[in-house]
Amino acid sequence: MNNSVTAAEMKKELPGQVARYGWILLIVGVVIAAAGYLIDPRRMAFDNIIGFLFLTSIGIGSIFLVALEYIAGAVWSVPMRRVNEFLGALTLLIPLLAIPIFLNLHDLYHWTHAEAVAADKILQGKSSYLNVNFFVLRFVIIFVLWSLFYFLFTRNSSRQDITKDQSLTTRNIKLSAVFMPVFAITLTLTAVDWAMSLEPHWYSTMYGVYYFSGTILAALAAATYIIVKMYESGYFPQLQRDHFYSLGALLFAFINFWAYIAFSQFLLIWYADLPEETFWFISRWKNGWEYVSILLIIVHFAVPYFALLTQDSKMDTKRLKLMAIWILFAHMLDLYWLVMPTYSKTVPFSWNEFGFPILLVGLIMVVFSFKVKRNNIVPIGDPKLERGLSFRL
Amino acid sequence: MNEQHLFSITALFETPDEIIHAAQETQKAGYTHFDVNTPYPVHGMDRSMGLKPTRLGVFSLVFGIIGAVSAVALMTWVTSSDYPLVIGGKPFWSWPAFVPIAFEVTVLLVAVLSVVTMIVLYFKFPNISHPLHDTPYMKRVSSDRFGISIEADDPAFNEAAVREFLKKIGGKDIAAVHYDLEDLNHGQRMFDPKFIGVLALTALLVSGATYIVFNQLLFMEPFSWMMTQSKLKAQRPSELFKDGIGMRPPVEGTVARGFLPYPFKGKPDEAGKNLVNPLLSTRDVLDRGKSKFLTYCSPCHGNFARGDSRLRGQFPNPPTLHSDKVRNWPDGNIYHVITEGQNVMPSYASQISRDDRWAIVRYIRVLQRAQNAKESDLK
Repeated sequence: MNNSVTAAEMKKELPGQVARYGWILLIVGVVIAAAGYLIDPRRMAFDNIIGFLFLTSIGIGSIFLVALEYIAGAVWSVPMRRVNEFLGALTLLIPLLAIPIFLNLHDLYHWTHAEAVAADKILQGKSSYLNVNFFVLRFVIIFVLWSLFYFLFTRNSSRQDITKDQSLTTRNIKLSAVFMPVFAITLTLTAVDWAMSLEPHWYSTMYGVYYFSGTILAALAAATYIIVKMYESGYFPQLQRDHFYSLGALLFAFINFWAYIAFSQFLLIWYADLPEETFWFISRWKNGWEYVSILLIIVHFAVPYFALLTQDSKMDTKRLKLMAIWILFAHMLDLYWLVMPTYSKTVPFSWNEFGFPILLVGLIMVVFSFKVKRNNIVPIGDPKLERGLSFRL
Repeated sequence: MNEQHLFSITALFETPDEIIHAAQETQKAGYTHFDVNTPYPVHGMDRSMGLKPTRLGVFSLVFGIIGAVSAVALMTWVTSSDYPLVIGGKPFWSWPAFVPIAFEVTVLLVAVLSVVTMIVLYFKFPNISHPLHDTPYMKRVSSDRFGISIEADDPAFNEAAVREFLKKIGGKDIAAVHYDLEDLNHGQRMFDPKFIGVLALTALLVSGATYIVFNQLLFMEPFSWMMTQSKLKAQRPSELFKDGIGMRPPVEGTVARGFLPYPFKGKPDEAGKNLVNPLLSTRDVLDRGKSKFLTYCSPCHGNFARGDSRLRGQFPNPPTLHSDKVRNWPDGNIYHVITEGQNVMPSYASQISRDDRWAIVRYIRVLQRAQNAKESDLK
């Protein structure tokens, strides 16, 4: 049973239309976002936070999945790892979406208002953390750290294609051990800084984990969709339903994880019933937001849970593709639910909200086809590749 | 020995790849009644053998639904019908609190009942004997070989052909496994008196040993040194005292430190003459007096001590505190009434501390002055 892949046998490029449609979507998205900023900058800035967090989810989430494979010694995911590595490149583009937010900080974050902080004891207590200088500094440090890890992981991985040097795998394993705690802290800080501090009086110690569960789901869903799509177009001819089952099972697991974290956060606040905590949920339970909250439970948990419950559905490529898109939408809805109640007491929904999703889909397509052109889509030098290809349940 | 029946023809293989290949070949050759035994789970075996997915999951789903429904039903009955208690101001039927319980019961039922179902339905409990047990074949496949066993009740079974086939696909140590019908039918050791006896004996030994250790041994020296101490524990009898009571009441007439008993019991006039309000009319004292007055006094005397509270008419009417009598009372008299009560008014000595009572007196003085203000106060 020889499953090895050589560089010559591998398909090199995506069809040109991927990049072409990607550019079109990207430009359309940028136009809508720019129009939104001209007409209603405050609203667009809130949409921008959703887009920023979504891009972060897929970018750093994909790097996390790469690190997870190394640190867990996983075999089955080796043939598809490059998809995660390519998506990880999105991390480098995070500042593009962060800069417009920095320009509109005053519209978004209550704690940037000096006069509000001066009149508010709670904000004064938090001001040593929540101030503009430290906020920007944190972002710069986090971004540098993430980019550094992205470069190190992908450099070792692509160098291995040529040298076939097994010690590069060992080096990446050690790197992932360093990355994991860094990832945990930086992702928590990102969630707290960009989303939780929108309502600076409110706090939840589970917020970081909550965002993490959505992050991993989004990164997994994006990778799953791309892998299945590429498999159908003949890029991964040796993948078996065992690989798809593993992807589906991970998606299923993290759907449950998200529900578990979301419910735990709700249960604790509901049970303690302290006014300084409950107002966050109350503002999401009136003026139409209650329908969004219920929709979130259905879209983010109930539907994908039952759609991926059975063994067969986890191997069904069509079902996986549908659910991957569904979960990406659910993550977008989740972020919308987290961010937008600060912007408006009623549910704001119009053309403005489409700008960043369209922009992001275009961006992902462009970046992905760009990366595919310059790299092998299968890590041909990885010592675990052959075992990964012949992986069976 | 009774008659021996042929159960199966077995063959051994050396590597997992070989056994996967053998299973595929056997499936291809049209055999359906065969089994593979390996020392550890071999990935991909289900498909190589052509096994259909197990239906155990359907049982698990049913158990899970039963678990979730019964947990919610139990919690509903307990919290909103059988013994409704207000907990944290929540409604009786507070479903979010049921979720963790429903989850636990679901998981418990699924885990336990799925295993029980597997043992009963698939392993055919209480039958614990199988022809492959205690064979040289089983000895090898549970240590370092991978074995395949094509059973004699397979529709395509033919001993010579099967032996030939197994040899062709690379099997070694090809052997026939026989069974004794008598042994299989009556060898159900699960209900063997000896087995049951040993089980009962084990249970007896374990519980006996537990009893001896925890109820006897720990009370013997030297283990008992921490348990038996010569001090008296709360609410325990004592042999030292005549009445046998371990907790001694204080001697009659005992006075707590820094606390003298009220000396003017039943003597309001003397209280008025002798007691002096130790508190001054400061902002703090009046705030404190107001807060205590509104808590304890206003329900009957009214917020402004006019005797006009909402309880008026339901009890003997509480008096106004703005009468000449009360206004001319010394502070000690009012203090005495709060301490001892008067007519239907009970004593508030146990609810209101001494200092608070004096603070209330100060506050009543303020109310009185406010209701009977003099011309000069306006200046």
